[in-house]
Amino acid sequence: MSAATLPRPAVAARPARRRSPQLGGSLAGYATMLFATVVLGLPLVWLLLASLKTPEELYQVPLQWLPGSPSLDNYAQAAGAIPLGRLLANSIGLTVVGAGLKVALGLACAYALVFLDFPFKKLVFGLVIATLMIPPQITIIPNYTLVASIGWLNTYQGILVPGLASAFGTFLFRQHFLTLPASVLEAAELDGAGHWRRLWKFVVPMSTPTLAAVALVSVVTEWNDYLWPFLVVDHADKMTLPVGLTLLQNTDGMSNWGVLLAATVVVTLPILLVFLILQRRLVAGLTAGAVTG
Amino acid sequence: MTTVVTPRPSGLPDAPSARAGTPPAGPPPATRTRSRLGARRRRKALLWALLLAGPNVLLIVVFVYRPLLQSLYLSTLQWNLGSPSARFVGLGNYVEWFTAPTTGRVVGTTLVFTVATVGGAMVLGLGLALLLNRRLRGRGVARTVAFAPYVLSGFAVGILWLFMFDPRYGLVQELLGWVGLESPAWYTARPWPLVMVIVVYLWKNLGYVALIYLAGLQAVPQDLRDAAALDGASSARTLRSIVLPLLTPTTFFLLVTMMLSSLQSFDIIKAMTQGGPLGSTTTLMYSIYEESFVGGRAGYASAVATVLFLVLLAVTAVQMRYVQRKVHYA
Repeated sequence: MSAATLPRPAVAARPARRRSPQLGGSLAGYATMLFATVVLGLPLVWLLLASLKTPEELYQVPLQWLPGSPSLDNYAQAAGAIPLGRLLANSIGLTVVGAGLKVALGLACAYALVFLDFPFKKLVFGLVIATLMIPPQITIIPNYTLVASIGWLNTYQGILVPGLASAFGTFLFRQHFLTLPASVLEAAELDGAGHWRRLWKFVVPMSTPTLAAVALVSVVTEWNDYLWPFLVVDHADKMTLPVGLTLLQNTDGMSNWGVLLAATVVVTLPILLVFLILQRRLVAGLTAGAVTG
Repeated sequence: MTTVVTPRPSGLPDAPSARAGTPPAGPPPATRTRSRLGARRRRKALLWALLLAGPNVLLIVVFVYRPLLQSLYLSTLQWNLGSPSARFVGLGNYVEWFTAPTTGRVVGTTLVFTVATVGGAMVLGLGLALLLNRRLRGRGVARTVAFAPYVLSGFAVGILWLFMFDPRYGLVQELLGWVGLESPAWYTARPWPLVMVIVVYLWKNLGYVALIYLAGLQAVPQDLRDAAALDGASSARTLRSIVLPLLTPTTFFLLVTMMLSSLQSFDIIKAMTQGGPLGSTTTLMYSIYEESFVGGRAGYASAVATVLFLVLLAVTAVQMRYVQRKVHYA
């Protein structure tokens, strides 16, 4: 209970904040920062506003900034043109299952690579890590042929399975496992804890930041994945949101911006919310390559 | 249920009981027991390894290495997607690619796109990082706003910006109008479609570069800067002589990462221009998609994919050599 046992008191965080006290030119600094923030943030604000406008308001020549009376008509129309609810459910389902499986695969594989002795371990590790350097693009034509030949086109497993292999996650988990105190796991082993128990009772609880980082990165990549699901699926009821957006673009074209933009909000808003809520962990995961690579 | 270490279970397995059972004197029986036990343990470990690493390795072999090799093989065939028949043409597809009239244009577009996106993101990202590294109120908000586009779907971002660039009702023409500029025909007149795609790519990836640079900047020791300031160095001079050299590893990492991702970018181009007009935004990556899935020439497209693969491999190889030599520097 005592505060003394806390690994890192709050004081430790402070020096990091006290960097580069460049006080001169503050005003110019603030102006530049404000400008940059507005320029970078404006498109998203504009998107949200536009999705709430009527066609008349959208197509006015001196641009109208704010919707006169915000309405969800565009959203309703988008849901009429493509099965938006179904696409949302597909995207959520595939993202949750895909990210969950990716984390599990990476976790299990890294555990084996760090805590188990087995023949050809180095080779297996090399094989897994080298995939980080293989661009998915070169695998697309053969994978498409395979998936088509086993009848997986227009199926969830066709979208999901070929991208499941975890190289990035395995790599991050392995890096983390190597830093875990060996004594704890040895003690657990002496106490008769098998691998399954060691994994769940000791390794996983000691790995929550890495788990969160890998899970969040997987969520973002699964949600946004485009080329593969776009190739594998052409039935609307199996599409993910970004693929459905393509369908809407092709059917409604650019003649009906409000509807297309409303659907764009549906694609982007969920992940934007995830980002805003879990920003620190997500950024840590997405920028993890820089520390390790 | 967080009973961390329960009292030992009754039948203690493995090591301790084995040690208890061996007489202290004779080495032969001891080693025999140990090796038998070792064999059991090894078999057990192997079983667990198969169980834990097996699924991932299997997926990797089936969906990464198998297609990698198959793609190399396909590149030697004249074969259309879904067609039952194929003809072996050796390096014919490669010869065709190298001599095709459109190849020069595609390579040129890829070069322009890559140099502009990577160079632009590096310069602007460093600038943004320097700004965010100052102790300004609200920089957290600025950082969030800058990074947000990086997590969004590339295709959705493309659609959003297509509307931004709309020649009559778009925000871009409105803002250009404020400063008295006429908006070019973004959708149709070369080179504007390519410029448009580059701008969007920059917007999406800028925050990532800035954040990595920010992490690098925060690792620059403050006393080095203070010393430079004491010596009367201007902030520009400090940046050039102290900060930038110390950031070299970060710069190099970003250069390679951004090059790899830029060379493989697809979603934004698909959403905004579909490689057009008249192929003016068709990059190497986009041409692979077009040849295989629009044109159906899967054999030829595999050859182009191999070319892209070799380019990416070369970039990675340079990185690995550099990192090996420079690792002490970071």
